[in-house]
Amino acid sequence: MEETHHDDHHHEELGFWRKYVFSVDHKVIGIQYAITGLVFLFFGFCLMMLMRWQIAYPGRALPIIGGLLGDTRMPGGVMLPEFYNQLGAMHGTIMVFLGVVPLGVGGFGNFVVPLQIGAPDMAFPRLNMASYWSFLVGGVIMCLSFFAPGGAAQAGWTSYPPLSEITPVAGQVMWLVGMVFLITSSLLGSVNFIVTIIQLRAKGLSFMRLPFFVWAQFVTSFLLLLAFPPLEAAGFMQLMDRLLDTSFFLPSGLVVSGEVLAVSGGGSPILWQHLFWFLAHPEVYVLILPALGIVAEIVANNTRKPLWGYKSLVYSVIFLGFMSFVVWAHHMFITGMGTVMSAFFQTTTMIISIPSVVILTVLILSLWGGSIRFNTPMLFALAFLPMFAIGGLTGLPLGFSSTDIHLHDTYYVIGHFHYVVAPGTIFALFAGIYYWYPKATGRKMNETLGKLHFWPSFICMNLIFFPMLMQGLAGLNRRMYDGGEIYAHAQPVIHLNEVISIAAWVMALAQIFFIVNFFLSLKTGEKIGENPWRATTLEWAAPSPPPHGNFLTEPVVYRGPYEYSVPGASEDFSPQFDEAAAPNSEPVTA
Amino acid sequence: MSATEIPYTVEARPDTGLNNVKIGIWLFLASEVMLFGALFASYIMLRVGAAEWPHGSHYLSVPWATLNTVVLISSSVSMVMAWASLIRKDFGKYRLYMGLTILAAFGFLGIKFIEYSSKFAHGYLPETNTFLAIYFTLTGLHGLHVIGGMLYNLYLWGPGAKMWKTNPQQFINRVEVSGLFWHFVDLVWIFLFPILYLL
Repeated sequence: MEETHHDDHHHEELGFWRKYVFSVDHKVIGIQYAITGLVFLFFGFCLMMLMRWQIAYPGRALPIIGGLLGDTRMPGGVMLPEFYNQLGAMHGTIMVFLGVVPLGVGGFGNFVVPLQIGAPDMAFPRLNMASYWSFLVGGVIMCLSFFAPGGAAQAGWTSYPPLSEITPVAGQVMWLVGMVFLITSSLLGSVNFIVTIIQLRAKGLSFMRLPFFVWAQFVTSFLLLLAFPPLEAAGFMQLMDRLLDTSFFLPSGLVVSGEVLAVSGGGSPILWQHLFWFLAHPEVYVLILPALGIVAEIVANNTRKPLWGYKSLVYSVIFLGFMSFVVWAHHMFITGMGTVMSAFFQTTTMIISIPSVVILTVLILSLWGGSIRFNTPMLFALAFLPMFAIGGLTGLPLGFSSTDIHLHDTYYVIGHFHYVVAPGTIFALFAGIYYWYPKATGRKMNETLGKLHFWPSFICMNLIFFPMLMQGLAGLNRRMYDGGEIYAHAQPVIHLNEVISIAAWVMALAQIFFIVNFFLSLKTGEKIGENPWRATTLEWAAPSPPPHGNFLTEPVVYRGPYEYSVPGASEDFSPQFDEAAAPNSEPVTA
Repeated sequence: MSATEIPYTVEARPDTGLNNVKIGIWLFLASEVMLFGALFASYIMLRVGAAEWPHGSHYLSVPWATLNTVVLISSSVSMVMAWASLIRKDFGKYRLYMGLTILAAFGFLGIKFIEYSSKFAHGYLPETNTFLAIYFTLTGLHGLHVIGGMLYNLYLWGPGAKMWKTNPQQFINRVEVSGLFWHFVDLVWIFLFPILYLL
């Protein structure tokens, strides 16, 4: 392959399998993670598009595709309630655990972090490979569960008991086993990231010179490391409940289908919720922090000026990481856990909104006075800012225990968190793909196709999620098989179901531009050198694509990460790795 | 395998004072603390919410567990001795102490096997009540950790010990890291013993 010609690190030639499949190179693993994540994202999106048919046209037969899915799922093309529930549960699970996190952390983290800190690879390359394969096994188990007797898990992505313990066994057990693999994967990954960032920084790269993306991944890794194990413990307990008939999460005297369940009882469904949300709230930040990191890189690069308030960003993200461990029960205000608990958790929730707002403010103020380049990555990054802001602000009424009573379990909640994750995080991930694609392949993606991808996606995202906020405020419940049709109070907003569904399908069409662009640019994209965006961080010192071992000469860092438009410098960017690029670079000692 | 050199795999990075593996194992142990912490927290929540909760000794054998505590603590001591012997370049002593550590792990598992068998013989199963459910979950998970640590120690005692000739410092690091894990497993038991058997 081409890259070996540039390679001056001596190594024996690797075969195809070791180089592209069972690779220990962080770049290959990053790309494996990213592509697998994108495939899962698309799969999860397809599940949702099926659901949107049933919500928009309840009980109507879906032409062609409906017939293909068989009598156990869509007899005569009409969706069964059980299948609807499977789609809902698996959409959430797949998007969060198999799509966004693997792309944001596994993909971008693996590919970019070692490059940005000037390391030859991750600290533990073989653990890195094990992490990917464990993830893939977990993902495959999850997806195969659709073919299990009784179908896939159907108790929501949260798997709340007792429901999750009375649905068909096979699908739920596969969900739990898949989850154990995913948790193992994220454990191996997070240990690797933290050690890599602490130990393998290049000479001169102090912590306060790290690009914000690296900081975001650093904090994210701690969240993964410490928040996932409680869900693993909960997963073991639910497995015990399902396979060995224990009653960790089953209360005494539970009546199912008119009969008292024959279990010892004495368990607590709320216990599962606590353990689940102890993971799943930090998980929200696992979804969002890499996105914030990507946006920070792209905003600084395309405004051609330093980020306004780099230190505020860093301190905010650290504080956010700590706080994210003590807000989980704001998902549980209406469980009856008591007003003292609610008061505590609504207070911490309001506190955690402060660093989030600081981060967003820093990014918006960074735009001020910049000469902005509106390329595709920047468009996605710019769109991220208001979308994430809407997502964040709509979260405040959910964080107060009194307003949450009205909004809980309505479409408002769905609108809120999708604004954070879909036009928020996923837009940032697209921005990242357009931004680092040249580094990974040596070619730029097509700008026209990029814009054709961006604008319809941006419009459709808002047509999908804004009406959901309206529906939720009107009281329309989520997770309804008929989309809420039979409820009188839902009538004024029920027509929006169709609008949302059509917008979702149109958005799927817009993704074709991305898919075409992604593959076409491999062959026809504009060839670029090391630093096509005229950026300052270390990954742009390596050849595109970087060879095994990454850098041709050991990089040394002379200044902070975002030295754009430095007065007195000959160019409008002064890379961290270029000593002569700015007049006042600090010499490196030791 | 390529020849890309990952720095600080054996020697410490000057400004952090640690090598990669040392940080890695502490992070792993932090995650383990969260895993067992969640189970301990579940134990507390289930017990607080229970109408009645049996005293551990009603179902479990305190003498066997006491013996097991002694066995496991001794193995932690021999684990340190194994590591210290390597530092003093006494490979023979290392083999001896590491062997003792492995034997103690076998002993612990043997006693655990006797305990489990007698529970099953009495019909005390995870499904019997929530106390036994959490007992089997906690000790079962702990037992898996003992098996894992034992297997790695067995590797370091046997085929893995060849590294002592080629890269003694890395071998010492491995024994140290394995020791840290082993002490953690020991420590978990120190918590399990009172809450399950004595309280």
